[in-house]
Amino acid sequence: MTGKEYRTITDVKGPLVFLNKTEPVAFGEIVSLRLSNGTVKNGQVLDTSNDLVIVQVFEGTAKIDREAGVTFLGDVFKLPVSTDLVGRILDGAGRPRDGGPDIVAEKYDDIIGAAINPFSRRSPHDFIQTGISAIDCCTSLVRGQKLPIFSASGLPHNDIALQIARQAKLTGSDEEFVVVFCAMGITAEEYNFFRADLERTGALEKAVLFVNLADDPAVERIITPRLALTAAEYLAFEKDYHVLVIYTDMTNYCDALRQIGAAREEVPGRRGYPGYMYTDLAMLYERAGLIKGKKGSITQFPILTMPGDDITHPIPDLSGYITEGQVVISRELHQQGIYPPINVLPSLSRLMGSCIGEKTTREDHKSVSDQMYAAYAQGRELRGLVAIVGEDALNERDKQLLDFSGVFEDKFLRQSRDEDRSIDETLDLCWTLMSAIDTKYLVRLDQKWIDKYHPDNRK
Amino acid sequence: MKNEGLIYRISGPVVTAIDMKAAMYDVVRVGTEGLMGEVIELHGDKAVIQVYEDTSGIRPGEVVVNTGETLSVSLGPGLLTQIYDGIQRPLPTLEKEMGVFLTRGVDADAFDLEKIWTFEPQVSVGDSVVGGQVIGHVQETDTIVHKIMVVPGNGGVVKSIESGDFNVTQTICTFEDGTEMQMMQKWPVRTPRPYQQKYAPVIPLVTGMRILDFLFPLAKGGAAGIPGPFGSGKTVTQQSLAKYSDAQLVVYIGCGERGNEMTEVLDEFPHLIDPNTGKPLMNRTVMIANTSNMPVAAREASVYTGITIAEYYRDMGYDVALMADSTSRWAEAMREISSRLEEMPGEEGYPAYLSTRIAEFYERAGRVETLNGEDGSITVIGAVSPPGGDISEPVSQGTLRIVKVFWGLDAGLARQRHFPAINWLNSYSLYPQSLDQWFRDNIAQDFPEVRIELSGLLQIESELQEIVQLVGSDALPVDQQLTLEVARMIREYFLQQNGFHDVDAYCDIHLQYKMAKAILAFQESAKSAMASGAQLGDVVNVPSRSDLMRGRLNKGYVDTIDDMVKTMNDEIAATVEEN
Ligand SMILES: Nc1ncnc2c1ncn2[C@@H]1O[C@H](COP(=O)(O)OP(=O)(O)OP(=O)(O)O)[C@@H](O)[C@H]1O
Ligand SMILES: [Mg+2]
Repeated sequence: MTGKEYRTITDVKGPLVFLNKTEPVAFGEIVSLRLSNGTVKNGQVLDTSNDLVIVQVFEGTAKIDREAGVTFLGDVFKLPVSTDLVGRILDGAGRPRDGGPDIVAEKYDDIIGAAINPFSRRSPHDFIQTGISAIDCCTSLVRGQKLPIFSASGLPHNDIALQIARQAKLTGSDEEFVVVFCAMGITAEEYNFFRADLERTGALEKAVLFVNLADDPAVERIITPRLALTAAEYLAFEKDYHVLVIYTDMTNYCDALRQIGAAREEVPGRRGYPGYMYTDLAMLYERAGLIKGKKGSITQFPILTMPGDDITHPIPDLSGYITEGQVVISRELHQQGIYPPINVLPSLSRLMGSCIGEKTTREDHKSVSDQMYAAYAQGRELRGLVAIVGEDALNERDKQLLDFSGVFEDKFLRQSRDEDRSIDETLDLCWTLMSAIDTKYLVRLDQKWIDKYHPDNRK
Repeated sequence: MKNEGLIYRISGPVVTAIDMKAAMYDVVRVGTEGLMGEVIELHGDKAVIQVYEDTSGIRPGEVVVNTGETLSVSLGPGLLTQIYDGIQRPLPTLEKEMGVFLTRGVDADAFDLEKIWTFEPQVSVGDSVVGGQVIGHVQETDTIVHKIMVVPGNGGVVKSIESGDFNVTQTICTFEDGTEMQMMQKWPVRTPRPYQQKYAPVIPLVTGMRILDFLFPLAKGGAAGIPGPFGSGKTVTQQSLAKYSDAQLVVYIGCGERGNEMTEVLDEFPHLIDPNTGKPLMNRTVMIANTSNMPVAAREASVYTGITIAEYYRDMGYDVALMADSTSRWAEAMREISSRLEEMPGEEGYPAYLSTRIAEFYERAGRVETLNGEDGSITVIGAVSPPGGDISEPVSQGTLRIVKVFWGLDAGLARQRHFPAINWLNSYSLYPQSLDQWFRDNIAQDFPEVRIELSGLLQIESELQEIVQLVGSDALPVDQQLTLEVARMIREYFLQQNGFHDVDAYCDIHLQYKMAKAILAFQESAKSAMASGAQLGDVVNVPSRSDLMRGRLNKGYVDTIDDMVKTMNDEIAATVEEN
């Protein structure tokens, strides 16, 4: 139904176009706008009635005037999907960006996606080894999990995401991940960095990239992640791939959402973000997981930069309420020159319990992880005290814990960008480092693991 | 006007119809696909409808049909063990009809209408029965006898009554006036089911969580709020309550939260045993799952669906516990709909009637005398997810104004991995006064005094900690140092309880009392030993004390604890002689 062209625009405001005297237009319908200079823009219906239709224009409303022609395309936004997607680079609206041909569609999928029936989900439990000790030991990642990176501007979250994309594997399996990468408003430089890295390691051939850069239309960012997730769902649940979705930067996505809300004169929620942002983000993040009877999986790594390094800002806050934990990047550690500067204390993997232990990682994993965390937490706290009372005031136990916190950062956290530690190596490293503390202070370690794994007992 | 109208406008989940006869809360069918919706506002000749399914692709001019019914749930045998969406469609049926993704336009019966139940009548021909009266029963699950009750407001003289095998839509009873009764009945979700009178709550809901039962007890028929930032333990606490509390029936509402959490419950509950009955937990559970990515109007409805089901079982005389995780998502659904209606917003964009709705919801909790003279109760436990963890926001405040129990989760404690991360300094319960008699009669005469002693010690600790921050603990007099040790024991041995531990996740209330007494015994023996010259360091380090503390992680602790306390006391006494 490529219908009639209307020239009935009444108002243009921010990213929105208002028009009247149309035939009945469907909610969510895709719209094409032809400008007097010949340019074509795309949009989507946000509100529709007999009297008034509101269209959100993805490319921004610059140059749109009352003469522009508006055509309703009779359908909601769909992405052509096929396995040809793999290896391709598309723009933020799903058009080829790599000079290649259009995607030959096996079919067209609605990009809003339908919710997975909670009854049809499978619980995630396969441990993913990222090769990064801080993550593998303390906030273990599970296949099918949504685990965001909470970062801030100027921190190496991209390196960490890429390192995970390169190294992620299931222990004892050679199944590989297909990476679906979704850029929202990042700089060309950041994008080139991602792209070069994926190219260097050969991952690009097994990846699908959706790219909306900083100078691309902001409103388009509303659909870019939906395209990426539609591709991911197709690959995972129809083609049995294990898909790792990396999207960056969620903060730009949320800002685009705010822009539309403002143009619609909606009552804003906290800090001007729309009141429905929780639901909107959930519609993205919840498209992760495993489904009964399907082999593939979707694991999500959203990256977001916390404005003002503030974890209570609505973007990290609402994300944290939806995702299954978070990996928090610390400016302080970064400034100390530590890579990856992951602060394990506020980091959490809620699904960790289901994926570690004798059958999947190692029997001592939980015990070791708890002890590493506790000792580091206490050591860090003592740093504050030492600043006031001086190191001499500490007793023997506290001195050891204080020293340990330094070693933890220097030897356990710190690793190079291409250092891929196996979970065994990571846990053995933990034991080596913890052996600097008297065992009587290591109260969270089970005696049986001390007998088996403590370096003193292993020789 | 007719019962059929046309769509005038579509804005997300809100659709406006014209030319249709409608009353508030009428259920309508929207568009050619017949999506279910509910009239929520009348405006001139327009009816504003919230639609329970995704509205994309729908156009103005499509038809809207008013069914004339109000949004209702189906009640009858077969509810238990079910998992529903927010408008009581069973998720397994939806999977069969739609596949693994939830599409739209499918209707589903709330439970199997064909299933045969053995009905045993309890009234005879000629009996005069009234609304709420029990006319017979079926065995719904191993543990639950399902009473078949006359719909409130109905009644009459029994003309005929059946006995034997029937499905829920077959007539089992007729009245002289010709009306017929089936095992299934409907009830509008936004109308509380009637009862005779509300009683003061005097019996605790025993949860098996020490910090709750001992320090901040909740009454059967009471209401509690659990606010906390993300990752602080709201869901784990709610799930523990669903598993271990001594309610006879549990309604668990996953309201706008994660899909995987519902899957977890579905995986786990059928294999878990109710510590109170020894039967599978699923037998006493009804679940409602309207996750964050499912339609928001159905999320708004989900809490009403849940509480109406809870009231129905309450009316049979059961003690029902209802968990809603999270009421903030319910409030946000109201906010979203309200803003689409362009209503004048109140605080933070929430509708001005937010606190009224919250209060009305919690008011449906209570211990009551039912229409049939039984004692039944609904205890409501609502999670609250305040932005940034700051409870000065409207949903937390609206909740705290009405609930009598506040279990405040604390990000700092969660980060220290102190679980449950309930802050013992700012949490409260207003029930102890009315519950203390029960604790005295059923657990121990001095139960309330022991509670006061423990909370007093924690209070003193927090005051002492302020001094310690400045001068270090060594600068305190030894008796205060001992107090700090005792308080630490309360925190680490008594308050901490890992929700996933095989043994310790559930702690019998009698054992809780013994553990509390063990702490006080330690304090007593330590004091008297120190009065006779023992050193604090020796006293706190007696090995039997750490044995005692670790013992709680082993099965059979309730049998060994008394001996362990005795050994500890002896060892502490012995530290005097060493000096
Ligand atoms: N009682 C407990 N025992 C052991 N671990 C706990 C307990 N409570 C919470 N935790 C830990 O904290 C994590 C987060 O808890 P939970 O999922 O209940 O948080 P929440 O408050 O519901 O967060 P959200 O608002 O994001 O849903 C759990 O995955 C678990 O690791
Ligand atoms: Mg939760």
